[in-house]
Amino acid sequence: MFRYDEKVLKDQLLELIRLAATDLPVDVVDAIKAARQNEPEGSAARNVFGMLLKNIDLARDESTPICQDTGTNIYLVYIPEGVSMRKLTALIKEATVEAVDKSYLRPNAVDSLTGKNSGNNIGEGQPFIHFEEWDEDHIEFKLMLKGGGCENVSTQYKLPDVGLGAGRDLDGVYKVIVDAVNAAQGLGCAPGILGIGIGGDRTSSHLAAKTQLFRKITDTNGNPELAELEARLKGDLNELGVGPMGFGGNTTVLAVKMGALHRLPASFFVSISYMCWAYRRHSMTLKAGGEVSYD
Amino acid sequence: MIKLQLPISEATIRELKIGDEVVISGLMVTARDAAHKYIHENWPDWLNPIMENSMIYHCGPVVKQRDDGSWSFVAAGPTTSIREEPYEASVMEHYKVRAVIGKGGMGAQTLAGLEKSGGVYLHAIGGLAASLAKTVVRVKDVYMLEELGIPEAFWHIEVKDFPAVVTMDSHGGSLHTTIKAKSDAVAKKLIFG
Repeated sequence: MFRYDEKVLKDQLLELIRLAATDLPVDVVDAIKAARQNEPEGSAARNVFGMLLKNIDLARDESTPICQDTGTNIYLVYIPEGVSMRKLTALIKEATVEAVDKSYLRPNAVDSLTGKNSGNNIGEGQPFIHFEEWDEDHIEFKLMLKGGGCENVSTQYKLPDVGLGAGRDLDGVYKVIVDAVNAAQGLGCAPGILGIGIGGDRTSSHLAAKTQLFRKITDTNGNPELAELEARLKGDLNELGVGPMGFGGNTTVLAVKMGALHRLPASFFVSISYMCWAYRRHSMTLKAGGEVSYD
Repeated sequence: MIKLQLPISEATIRELKIGDEVVISGLMVTARDAAHKYIHENWPDWLNPIMENSMIYHCGPVVKQRDDGSWSFVAAGPTTSIREEPYEASVMEHYKVRAVIGKGGMGAQTLAGLEKSGGVYLHAIGGLAASLAKTVVRVKDVYMLEELGIPEAFWHIEVKDFPAVVTMDSHGGSLHTTIKAKSDAVAKKLIFG
């Protein structure tokens, strides 16, 4: 039986939210530093990257949100057998309300029918929490804050796409991704990180794309064919010249991460989840004794 | 670096060209999606003194209320502007707004409006929320907080040295169109060979 103290876990979840909102992960900061080095001295792009890095430090030092759009709070929670999803959901919501009080999160849940903001970031479908049971003996909470600007440029294609000459193969996948990033320009707060879901149905495909965004920027895809395509896309997309914020520059994407699901014979979806440069994600591991660690 | 002090004249705004880097000081007002919809349905007179020869900032801030009831901005970067494309040209003309500040740029209708009524589009850096909140030295007032909620209310704020870049000017220039044309050409080559 997995036991934990509810009050303590609520505070630990609040700390996870604080980290996600205010402390950009090291792999992302390193990628932005490298992008800055790759722009000429005195260019607008280099200047923008410099300002981003200062903002990242300021947010971390003062424990304030990196971006005011603290986004959809997306949780992937991995639990051992027998842990109550209902209780964990309640604790996540409690921590969320407290995070709004502390100005780590913006109240971001608007009733789609009345237009009324709930005021505490809780609403139908918010936050988004996806549970999976696993064989491990600990709980892992993965959290990503994904803002509206980049979510709005995220998209889904179905192959074949006649207009793009994109067929039902990896070459077709490549073409629709180029099209999507070109269409996005700077609107999703470039440079972006792309999570790509190939296959599945419309729902599972998008979830697969978002799940890819929990990978580290520096990792390599276990599938050699996808690893090669990720690298090729990153290089080619940076040829577009969109640059940071769409001001023009050598870095349009920081990374491309792809995963594939089985599909129906009739369907071939490609889902593109565009994440902004403020790529806010952290995870927390909770052991049976109540000990936690953050990553 | 060009210093702009609000309120600002149409003549000064018409001198600006795409690529100019500016820092802004003075009183401006936030307005985003729900606020623009509200304006278009009501055209309220109370906005006249707030908007005339001033700027609209596309921003939904994270705020903190002090014990005495006053507010401060905690995080306040720009939001994507293109969603206000159906509204902005007429709002700027009606209230004599001299600039909108946001991110991502706007479309042909707004660009034509800037030329007609004398305005510019100023691009702030998306996600620069902690830094830009520091430039908000005072929250003078907030309007329609109850109806629109914190992110979408009209926040009347005083800024000091708020940095932005002119990406659309009153002479028909748009940096976004230039970048997009280059990017389109590369994309076409990558897709069709």
